[in-house]
Parts: sequence; structure tokens; C-alpha cells
Amino acid sequence: MMTNEGGAKRRFRRAFCGGNSGIRRARFTRELPLYLLVLPAMVIVGIYSYGSMAGIVIAFQKFIPTNGLFGSQWIGLGNFKTLFALPNFRNVLRNTVVIALFKMLGNIVVPVIFALLLNEVSAKFYKRVLQTMVYLPNFLSWVILSGIFIDLLSPSEGLVNRLIASLGFKPVFFIGDTFWFPITMIVTDIWKSFGFGSVIYLAALTSIDPTLYESAVMDGANRWKQTLYITLPGITSTIILMTVLSMANILNGGFDQIFNMYSPSVYSTGDILDTLVYRLGIQQTKYAISTAAGLFKSTVSLLFVLASYYLADKWAGYRIF
Amino acid sequence: MKNLSLSRRIFLLFNCVFLTVIALVCLLPFINVLAISFSSKTAVSAGQVAFLPVDFNTSAYTFITRSSAFVTALGVSIRRAALGVAVNLLLIVITAYPLSKYTTQFRGRNIIAWYFVITILFNGGLIPSYLMVRYTGLMDSLLALIIPGALPVFSMLVVMNYFRGLPPELEEAAYIDGAGHIQSLLRVVLPISAPTLATVTLFSFVGHWNSWFDGLIYMNSPAHYPLQSYLQTVVVNPEAFFKNTTNINADLAVYLELVSARTTNAAQLFLAVVPILLVYPFLQRYFTAGLVMGSVKG
Repeated sequence: MMTNEGGAKRRFRRAFCGGNSGIRRARFTRELPLYLLVLPAMVIVGIYSYGSMAGIVIAFQKFIPTNGLFGSQWIGLGNFKTLFALPNFRNVLRNTVVIALFKMLGNIVVPVIFALLLNEVSAKFYKRVLQTMVYLPNFLSWVILSGIFIDLLSPSEGLVNRLIASLGFKPVFFIGDTFWFPITMIVTDIWKSFGFGSVIYLAALTSIDPTLYESAVMDGANRWKQTLYITLPGITSTIILMTVLSMANILNGGFDQIFNMYSPSVYSTGDILDTLVYRLGIQQTKYAISTAAGLFKSTVSLLFVLASYYLADKWAGYRIF
Repeated sequence: MKNLSLSRRIFLLFNCVFLTVIALVCLLPFINVLAISFSSKTAVSAGQVAFLPVDFNTSAYTFITRSSAFVTALGVSIRRAALGVAVNLLLIVITAYPLSKYTTQFRGRNIIAWYFVITILFNGGLIPSYLMVRYTGLMDSLLALIIPGALPVFSMLVVMNYFRGLPPELEEAAYIDGAGHIQSLLRVVLPISAPTLATVTLFSFVGHWNSWFDGLIYMNSPAHYPLQSYLQTVVVNPEAFFKNTTNINADLAVYLELVSARTTNAAQLFLAVVPILLVYPFLQRYFTAGLVMGSVKG
């Protein structure tokens, strides 16, 4: 049987995979439909992804939109100099990194703890109910969630501040106060994504060999020891992988969320690179400076992405494709 | 359960209580919005509404479903989602299939695969993307929300990896029977790929339904905004609904005593969540596969 299958494969390869010129032509006609199938996506990606990558040239121009991408005067790094000289640029960069780092940290720690606790629940139905409840926010847009939080956290009428007031404290203006704004962004972001983020750790937990626990029990290990010496080591590689991959978000403060909740009164602690890019580009139509800011962000991000993929491959054997 | 130690039982009890509290923290904001949307203006502004409606009424829903701004935006969103998902799915399939071949069968495979993957790693950013939409004449058209993202590369990679994981004998048999690639795709590969296609369809739907930023920047007139872009303007400017005088016509005046910006906004937010709630059970079933989108292997 085995040799017959091998023979069929060899005949198949010989027929389709090269040889003399007649076969080569046959091979081309055989591959032609494959090229035709990928063509539409290649054209669209060519225009909108590669076209916009080419559009980065305007970061180096005194750009006038009606002249097209290559028709404006070249000014070297002038736009970057203007950008870095903006009075709020350092502040924006600091806000971005601070918010992004705390989100990255929280979005590792909280899902891991949640997964570990959920893993201790043995009642299947109860577990599913909990999961259904915590996964939901992940699938809603920040427009919806911002609408909900703006109402919920409102200093005068929101439910949260009514609770705070009933406990005898002063109401907190969560999204209008420079101290509370970044904290609110970090906490609500973790609120949105920790549930779904825990799925990957739950999957890792179920793949731990149950016989390890059995032998640990025989050796007299209690639950805490089992968690410490079996469960945690069992998901360490997943935790490392997720940590490494999250490095790519170092300059992602979370545009969708912040854009829908911030206001000029919290720019000093809440304005991030992406919101700055938006205001410069779309509102003030300073296309070139906005593009320079975007290019700065995506270049730094790319370096982190490449580093993270390299480390993920090295430490966790993960490859993107 | 009987042989558990006391400390273990205490832990399980606390764990159970703690997890329930956490899950409620995730759910209660939605219950609060729902309660507000069904309550009266006075009860809401007096701060009486928490998780149950007070003075139960549906006036807020009457108001918004008769508001042309809301209904128009809903229509745009439905058309966008229908067309967008169809285009996404078509391009995902016809792109993933050739790329699932090995270089022995499709010589350009690796180069073309990289051509797509690079776009995940790097993009031109906001303004260049905006300019490309402008230069290609898509501004203010529904196509501006569909064409630039017509191929979701991550989903394509997921499907590609699924195709690669199918037993090669199936297709080889089809080839030996004289089928071409396209016949093999349609007759052999697609019929056994329902789970992965369902996954990417759901994610594509959720993606289209939730997008708001593209609508905001590519549509010149608010009348062309999809629902989420329209809601964005309402969220950042809560009084917007009532400032738009077309929303308040004579036969609705009787309801004005019952509704306020807060109740109508709550009703609009809740209605925008309904489609997600409808597909949520299916999402839950398939999203472990969606998770693989973050950790594709091949």
C-alpha cells in the first residue's frame, strides 16, 4: 500500500512539476488560474496598502494635495523638525508610552489571574455563564462602550458617582480630570479585553497533562503547590509569547477609546500620538506633518514588531506564517 | 466534593463569589444602559435608575425609530455589512486557496504570501490612506468603507492555514480525475471548509458592524454615515439628538415629557449592540478559532 501511494505521488509530481519545455508550458497553464485568483486581492492591496505606503513620501514634502503624491517640493526632514518642536510633542509621546505600557501589563496579568481562578471552577454550566458574561465587551466597539462609560462615569448623574456619593465621598470626574483620565482609560481597556484575553490561557491550562497533578497529589502536594509547580510552569510559555507579542503595542495608546472619551481639558495627560495625528491631519489638514507623525509611530512600532517576532520565534517557537 | 479540606472549601467559596462579582462588573454597565433606555426622563435625571427601569416606557425607542438620522444610518450599516462581508469572504477564499499551495504547485506562492503579510507589519498611516481613497474617487461612497479593507489579511492567513491542513489526497484525487484548480476549490475544498469560513464570516461581520472611523473621515455628509459613525457623533455630543430638529416632529411631541438625551442615547446604543448579541452565541462557538488569528502557524 505505502509504496503504491508513493508511486502515485511521484507520478503526480512528474506530471505537474517541471521537466522538459512541453511540461513546463503545461505547468504554466495549470498555474495560470492560481495567479488569476490572487490577482484581484493583489491589485486592491497594491493600491490601498502599497499605495498608501508610497504616500509616506509626503512626510518629506511641503505637500500640496492637488499636485499628487510626487508633485510637491521636497524639504527633507523639515516636517519632522516641526513635529518634534511642537510644544506638546514630548508630552504626547510620554502619555502614549505610559498608557500603552500599563495596558500591556494589565492585559497580561489580569487575564492570567482570571484564567487561573476560572480554571478552579468545576461546575461546567456556571463556568460557561461566567465566560459568556466576561467575553461580551470585547466584541463591542469603543463608540458603544464610550457612550456607556460617559454616562456611567458622569460626575453628576452617573451610577458610579452616585455610588461614590452614597458612601460619603466626593464625586470623581473620571474622564474630565487630568489625574483620573489615563487611569480610566487603562482600567476600562482591561475591562473590555481581559475576558477574551483569558481564552488563550484557558486553552493552555486544559492542555496541561492531568497525570502531572495525579503524581503531585501522590507526592503530597497541596493545591497551592500544584498551582506553583505544575499549573504556572505549564502556561509560562504562553505568557512569554503573549508578553513578547504585546511589545508591538508600545506606541498604541488606543485611538478608538481615547478619541471617543477625551476632551481638550485632559490633553495634558490623555493626548496620544494617534489622536495627535488625527487632529493635525484631518482637523487641521496639515497632511505632511501628520504623515510625519504617523511615520514616526509606525517606524518605531515596526522595530518593536520585528524584535517581538524574533524573540517569539526564539523563545516560544512561534512563527507568523 | 466530600473529601475537600476546609481551606479548599473556603477558597472555592471565595473564588465563586469573586468571579461572580467580576462577571457582574462586565455585564452591569449594559444592564444600566438598558434600564435607562426604558425609564422616564424624570426618573433618570433624579438618579433613581440603576439596573431596573423606573416608570417603564418605550418612548425613547419610539423616538429613535422615527428619527430619520438613526434609521438612515442603520440602513447604511446594514448595506455595508452585507456587501462588505460578501466581498471579504470572496477575496479571502480566492486568495487563500492559491496561497495554500506549495511552491512545487504554485511557484509565486512565497513571494505573493509575503506581499500580503508585509501589509500587516507596516502601513502608510492615516493621511496617506485617506489620500488614496480620495485619489481613487471613493470619497462619500459606500465603497470607501469596503474596498480599502476588502482583503482582511489575518483572516486570509487563517483560511490559508486551514486549507493547508486538509489531506492533500483529496485534491490529488480530483486532479487525477481531470479537475482544474477552480473546480477543485469549488467541489472539494470549499464544501469541507465550513467551520473556518463561518469563523472569518463572523469576524468580518463584527468588524464591519463595529467600524466607525472610516465612515467619519470618508463620508462628506452625515447622511451617509453608517450607524457607528453616526453614534460616534451622538456619543461625543450627547445633546446632538435633540439639537437635530428633524428628530422632533409634531406627533412625537407628546413623548417629550418622557424622553431626554440620556434615554434616547441609551436606546440608540442598545439597538446598535443587538446585532452583535444575535451573532454572539455563534461567535462564542467559533472564537477559539478566531483566537488563532493571533497565533497563526503554517
